Amino acid sequence: MLWGVLQFPGSCDERDALHACRLSGEARLVWHEERDLGGVDAVVVPGGFSYGDYLRAGAIARFSPAMEAVAEFAAGGGPVLGICNGFQVLCEAGLLPGALLVNDDLRFVCRQVELLDEVGERLSIPVKHGEGRYWAPDSMLDEIEARGQVAFRYAPGQNPNGSARNIAGVTNEAGNVLGLMPHPEHAVDPLTGSTDGLRIFEAVTGSTA
Amino acid sequence: MLIRPKEGILDPQGKAVERALPALGFEGIEHVRVGRMVELEADDPERLAELCEKLLANPLIEDFEIETIDGA
Repeated sequence: MLWGVLQFPGSCDERDALHACRLSGEARLVWHEERDLGGVDAVVVPGGFSYGDYLRAGAIARFSPAMEAVAEFAAGGGPVLGICNGFQVLCEAGLLPGALLVNDDLRFVCRQVELLDEVGERLSIPVKHGEGRYWAPDSMLDEIEARGQVAFRYAPGQNPNGSARNIAGVTNEAGNVLGLMPHPEHAVDPLTGSTDGLRIFEAVTGSTA
Repeated sequence: MLIRPKEGILDPQGKAVERALPALGFEGIEHVRVGRMVELEADDPERLAELCEKLLANPLIEDFEIETIDGA
C-alpha cells in the first residue's frame, strides 16, 4: 500500500498525514507541481491553508497539476481522502458535493469532537478550522443522504460550525472519494488522546484491498 | 465583478456587521450581506462570466454580477 500525500504551498498537516499513512503502509509526499502521482495506491489531500486560502479555501489549489492528476486518479476509482482544507479542495474541484462556508459563529474552532459513522459507531477526532460549515441545497442534501454518501456526522450537540444536518464528512457517488473536516491524522496515537483516526485510514486501505 | 453569498445562505459576516450597527447609532439597517469585488483589466470581456464561474465565484454558494467599463 503506497500512499501519496499532496503538499501545496500553505499545507500544514502533510507531516502528520504521512505519519498516519505509514502506520498502515508506505507514503510519499507529492508536491503540487507534480503532474504524475507515481503509481500510488491512495491519495491524501491534507489540511492547511493551500495558497493562503486566497479567494475561497481550496479554490486555487484545485487548479494545481497535482490536483489534475488526483481528478484522473479518482475518476479511475482510486481512493482519495481529503481532510479539512483537503475536503475544501475536493469540493471546489467538484469531486465531492457541497461547499464549506465560514463557521456560523465566525470563530476558528479547535477541539476534540465526537463523530458518528454510517453505522452509528462513535469516533473521537479533533477539528480545527474556521471554514467548516458544510452546506448544500436541500435537494442535494436529500440526494446524498438517500444515496448513503454521508460518511460522518457530528454527534448530537457536537456540531462545531453550523454544518447542515450535522454533516462532518461525505463521499462521492462511487464511494472512492471521502472528505471530512475533522482530522483523523491527529488521532492515531494514544499520546494525543485518541486512536480513532486510524479506523478512517484503515477504511480507505480496506476499500482497495 | 461583484460576488456575494446567495440568498438563503447564512452570512455570518453580514450578521456580525448588522449587530454592530446599532451600537454606532445606525438604526433600521437590515439584511446586511458581505461579498467581495474583483477589479481587473481584460482584453476579451466575453470570457469574464466563464472566469467567474470557474474561479472567482463558487456558483453553488455565490451569485456574481459583471460590470464592464470601457477604456478605463
